[in-house]
Amino acid sequence: MDALKRYFRSPAAVIGLILLLVVIAMAISAGFLYPRDPLSLAGRPLVWPFSNPRFLLGTDNSGRDIAAQIFYGARISLLIGGVATAIAILIGILVGAFAGYYGGWVDNVLMRITEAFQTLPNFVLLLVLVAVFGSTITTVTIAVGVVSWPAPARLTRAEFLSLRNREFVQAGKTLGMRDIKIILGEILPNALPPVIVYASVVMAVAILLESALAFLRLSDPNVASWGNLIGLGRDVLRVQWYVSAIPGIAILVTVLAVSLVGQGLNDALNPRLKSR
Amino acid sequence: MRILSLAGRRLAASIPTLFLILIGVFLLLQMAPGDTVDALMAQMGGGDAATARELRQFYGLDLSIPMQLANYLWRLVRLDLGFSSIYGKPVASVILERLPPTILLMTASLSFAFFFGLVFGVIAARGVNRWPDTLISTLGLIFYATPSFWFGLMAIVVFSVYLQWLPSGGFEDIGTMQTGLWRVLDIARHLVLPTFTLGLIFLAIYLRIMRASMLEVLNLDFVRTARAKGLDETHVVTRHVLRNALLPMVTLIGLQAGTMLGGSVVVESVFSLPGLGRLAYESVVQRDLNTLLGIVFVSALLVIVVNFVTDLLYARLDPRISADS
Amino acid sequence: MSGAILSLENLSVRLPEGADRPHALSDVSLSIASNEILCVVGESGSGKSMMANAIMRLLPNEVKIESGRMLFEGRDLCVADTAEMREVRGAGIAMIFQEPMTALNPLRTIGDQIGEMFSIHTDLSKAEINARVLALLADVRIPDPKLAAKAYPHELSGGQRQRAMIAMALALDPKLLIADEPTTALDVTTQAQILKLIRDLQQRKKTAVLFITHDFGVVAAIADRVVVMQHGRIVEQDTAHQVLSHPAHPYTRQLIAAVPPLKAPPPRPLSSENILTISNVSKTYRTGGFLGRGARVTAAVKDTSLDLPKGATLGIVGESGSGKSTLARCIVRLIDPDTGSIVLNGKDWAKLSREQIRRETRHIQMVFQDPFASLNPRRKAAELVAQGPIVHGTPRAAAIAEAKKLFELVGLDPSAGDRYPHEFSGGQRQRIGLARALALKPDVLVADEPVSALDVSVQAQVLKLLADLRQRLGLSIIFITHDLRVAAQICDLVAVMKDGAVVEQGLVADVFGHPKHPYTKALLDSIPGGEFAREHETVSV
Repeated sequence: MDALKRYFRSPAAVIGLILLLVVIAMAISAGFLYPRDPLSLAGRPLVWPFSNPRFLLGTDNSGRDIAAQIFYGARISLLIGGVATAIAILIGILVGAFAGYYGGWVDNVLMRITEAFQTLPNFVLLLVLVAVFGSTITTVTIAVGVVSWPAPARLTRAEFLSLRNREFVQAGKTLGMRDIKIILGEILPNALPPVIVYASVVMAVAILLESALAFLRLSDPNVASWGNLIGLGRDVLRVQWYVSAIPGIAILVTVLAVSLVGQGLNDALNPRLKSR
Repeated sequence: MRILSLAGRRLAASIPTLFLILIGVFLLLQMAPGDTVDALMAQMGGGDAATARELRQFYGLDLSIPMQLANYLWRLVRLDLGFSSIYGKPVASVILERLPPTILLMTASLSFAFFFGLVFGVIAARGVNRWPDTLISTLGLIFYATPSFWFGLMAIVVFSVYLQWLPSGGFEDIGTMQTGLWRVLDIARHLVLPTFTLGLIFLAIYLRIMRASMLEVLNLDFVRTARAKGLDETHVVTRHVLRNALLPMVTLIGLQAGTMLGGSVVVESVFSLPGLGRLAYESVVQRDLNTLLGIVFVSALLVIVVNFVTDLLYARLDPRISADS
Repeated sequence: MSGAILSLENLSVRLPEGADRPHALSDVSLSIASNEILCVVGESGSGKSMMANAIMRLLPNEVKIESGRMLFEGRDLCVADTAEMREVRGAGIAMIFQEPMTALNPLRTIGDQIGEMFSIHTDLSKAEINARVLALLADVRIPDPKLAAKAYPHELSGGQRQRAMIAMALALDPKLLIADEPTTALDVTTQAQILKLIRDLQQRKKTAVLFITHDFGVVAAIADRVVVMQHGRIVEQDTAHQVLSHPAHPYTRQLIAAVPPLKAPPPRPLSSENILTISNVSKTYRTGGFLGRGARVTAAVKDTSLDLPKGATLGIVGESGSGKSTLARCIVRLIDPDTGSIVLNGKDWAKLSREQIRRETRHIQMVFQDPFASLNPRRKAAELVAQGPIVHGTPRAAAIAEAKKLFELVGLDPSAGDRYPHEFSGGQRQRIGLARALALKPDVLVADEPVSALDVSVQAQVLKLLADLRQRLGLSIIFITHDLRVAAQICDLVAVMKDGAVVEQGLVADVFGHPKHPYTKALLDSIPGGEFAREHETVSV
């Protein structure tokens, strides 16, 4: 309750939440506001924004409604961001918890693998995965999740390392608890807040990664995504720069909203940091 | 000497990591639809099954996967990365040609992000919760949220199309073959926009870390000791806080090296720079898996080298590190 | 008052809103003359450290001096501007702190940090500064000044670091030295050396010293005059002799009474039957090294044998690094010993498997040192106490009901079971920890420094509770502590550990009354306040 109150006391956090709610509202309302397929031909190509009331944000090089693509794009970004983050955080917690709690050779093996993932540039790995498994929306989402887990794993491991020697964990052992109960019941609830906060960073990066992939035309071409639209607009950049500009702003706003909410959560959950 | 042996040990420890990556990616690429021969045949405009079989035998692709892997690793030990059928030359020489622009771009972006991140971080921390801090922190958040490729495109629109101050792409002007200093200046001009584009997100990260790290160190006991000595605030920061606050920044260089290399794939594509990143993109599009694997190897190697240098730098800054070796 | 170096007049310091009280200091008046040591004593939260920071004008931003004056050599520090304050700091008033490790910059050498004093306040040349630094380090009796000057803080021991801090503070012969709990983080033998050093240097240089401490033993050892503080107010000030032998204020009397004396209470009869027998236990740690090369081997516990008679309390005393905590953790098998046997109820604990330990663990339970870290912050108090029985098969509802009964046993309100740990005070948390250990009805309790983190008055209450319970429940206790005074109060038997080995053991009265081993003698001699510690009036446990 206190945390909630603290969250709403920060203007930046409230702005972030409002922006995020707006993006979510766009994703939900896309279906009724633009019942037609956003990738179907809607009118004359390259209509400038605000010049035709039918296409508030204009049309792209092949005459598709940009506003409709922005609304449907919100769905794709949130979907990919959300699911990929869930995958990354889940793998990260599993790997980090076991490595941090058991230490020794378990830690050694798991950290070597984590290190390998971190040594290989994540975008290069993403390219390899897309090259191998193709670029449908499902494979792209899973691939983004798979390249994003090392950082949450390291964070979870660090938390577990510091918590596992705390006296309350030792107390749990002397009471005769099983390891799994200590990991899940005693340590994890205390290790979770920073990991949850970090999820916002993972989600921001996931959205940026997918849009970069789409911009390079390596993501699913059959869905209306913001990155696809920016890539398309590149061909007419010199004059009709708005085709690229508009979806870019949408990405910026979404990532900014996610970051602000994450920062707000961090300050709300760790109040002592804020007071200095 | 102690520092060197410590960093050397870390370097030795990354060799298994490198092999883990290569084996993992090699096996992954076996699952890719189509192989080098398919790509080659497609380029030749098709061919019969007999030719394909001969070619596969020639490239050793008819062997079992473990045998192929062993072959690959054995060739790798001799620094032979295989042959690129698309470019018609050894992968090693293709990569070597593409390496300089990427290294130049990364060095420039890193210096830009590190320097300004440090300066802005210090300014923000000194005026914490006042307007300079609010302004810098807000800009940091916006930079962090900006997709680099989009920033690059918008920069091209403003600086190349409208203002016509800077070139919109390429590594140097090919038409006018320049030499010496003029060539250096020409390349520098071409790299201005890509450097900002790639460096922007890292600037945001560095300034945020530097600010947080400064605030943390400012709260430590020895800063109170320094003040109790009668030192003024400026000297407290320069003599006691700064070096301590720099440590997490240095760690970050190593951790972010991979991300930066990944970012150069996109930025090099936006600005048509003939670098490693663009090569990675091209080899995915053209299904040149041999080259892709070579790039994986070289980029992992680059990250390891950057981490080695960061280790040295860190040990130089922090006497506690070398003590326990 | 004439001859006063510093006098505080009606000083009040305001805390920010939302703190537990409006003022850190209210209406504080005191003065220190040159060549005297004034001890400020109080429990945590009494405002004594806040006073030190107020004098240096190094208060946190939100904390403000509200009213009063601080006269130092004729000028009021309350209204001095920053430039004036900078001149005073270091040169006029110098300060040493509790934790010398964190008070020194980890990235700069000791010599560099001491030399900085001269480069800030004087125009001495580099060579002169170096010579002065070496002279100062020799003054504080650091073994090899040249080597120490080139060392980084982490390369020195805790005592040497504090010596370096003192050298730095005395560099410019300040009129006043403020020492904020300078020996609290040190071992008792080191503490005795540092106290002596401060005393010697003070007498030689005629410095005035404001010495902040929570320990009446330290007061007895060093103070000329004493100020006693409670809740930000001065409740009593007088000469050290007067305060220690004839305390006027009830709070002072209560504090002094709570200090455990070294005198052991009359011995209790001991059972001839041993409940726990520890034979030849060893534990060695290997750190660092690569593939077995260059590893550093530390013998934390060396070939230790101890017997615990049924119903008795065995104290294990020693300084940090003596291996006492490692031994305690070996006994409950939080750490696996390398060799030796630990026989409890006829079973050898050292040889049981993980799974067996998990089942047998209710026979031997542990109480931990830190009342803040030993309770999971996300569980309610009753749940924490009920956890053990639940793990061993008691239905949840029954275990919670039982927990509430235990609350009564350890002197807590049973209705407090629905609260979270952070809502309790340190002493109350330690009671919860005790209730958690007792919930499994153990035969043996291993208590690892259970009162070290508590204020002296709370410490006395918890010790009394422990003595009570062992009588009522027939508990056998292994009591780990660094404080010989505490050990004297509660233990029947005592074993002295040094560098992983037991150097002397026996009945408390024998070991403390007629120590045989030189190390035991050194420990006993180091207890601050000598006569005071032995003889003063006290509430008996």
